[in-house]
Amino acid sequence: MQVTLKILRFDPEKDKKAHFKSYEIEADPLDRILDALNTVKWYKDGTLTFRRSCAHGVCGSDAMRINGRNRLACKELVGDIGKKITIEPMLGFRILKDLVVDMEPFFEKYRSIKPYLINYEDPPATERFQSAEDREIFDETTKCILCGACSGSCPPFWSNSEFIGPAAIVNAHRFIFDSRDQGSDERIAVLSQSEGVFRCRTVYNCTDACPREIPVTKAIEQIKRVMLYNR
Amino acid sequence: MYRGQSGMWLWVFHRLTGVGILAFLFLHVADTYLVGLGPEYYNELVFLYKLWVFRLAEWLLVGAVLYHAINGIRVVLMDFWESGVERHTQLVFGTLGLFLLLWLPAGIFMLKDVKWFA
Repeated sequence: MQVTLKILRFDPEKDKKAHFKSYEIEADPLDRILDALNTVKWYKDGTLTFRRSCAHGVCGSDAMRINGRNRLACKELVGDIGKKITIEPMLGFRILKDLVVDMEPFFEKYRSIKPYLINYEDPPATERFQSAEDREIFDETTKCILCGACSGSCPPFWSNSEFIGPAAIVNAHRFIFDSRDQGSDERIAVLSQSEGVFRCRTVYNCTDACPREIPVTKAIEQIKRVMLYNR
Repeated sequence: MYRGQSGMWLWVFHRLTGVGILAFLFLHVADTYLVGLGPEYYNELVFLYKLWVFRLAEWLLVGAVLYHAINGIRVVLMDFWESGVERHTQLVFGTLGLFLLLWLPAGIFMLKDVKWFA
């Protein structure tokens, strides 16, 4: 099928502001958007810049706005999107070049919630036991691949560069509800700040955008309730 | 532009109605202040509220207050009620349904004796 890709381009060395450029390509309906982008880069315009790595929805490199919604380019099929495809970088991030955005502030927020197991007791001789039921409580939030699709879909994240964002909250959830972890108070202290979890306006874009189908809004609300009821 | 779904549009209208109510509040403070200058000033301005444009705007204001209040309760439920997120769709329809149920009849009462385009 003949497909028109309308891509938002920005070259920091040449352009003052981003502009759209269209490319006509031949694509199979079962091709992914990433394949279409590769076709443009390899055969039409080698200057097109975008991130990709595993190309199988695991590394989280190629999150971008596809027809107005944050998606992984490697998980969306051309046939499902249509013949006219608009591709833009995610909102809420500084554009470095074309579809590549500056993820560093995003990772800084991720690190601020201490995304690792905190346990002050001496390590046991065997593993730290956890029942299947306790593991189930935070199962969904273990699936985050840090693609940034949730944060980049969040209106408070667009307008407030200090807001910690849904991705960091999801990763805090993964440890706060882990029965082996003892660092909840430290994470809650970060999330209870003015730019923390209560900046969430329950817009639900994050839940729709997550390529791992993590119920992001549900996780955020669970943390809010821990803070509201366990004071 | 982000193509958000129902939650985003409810949030957008929550913001717009909030700003609208605030704008009316400033107008209301200003017109009430005129009483202090004398009844003739106040009566002159309050006459405006009888014009059909203002009557229509008052109905929109009632809509803004109703929407902001009902949607606000939905947001509070989302935070405090464990099943709130799972019942998102029902809460969205409930919010819009209750809003229309109150706002449309309010329009009938408020606008029935308006002299349109007079």
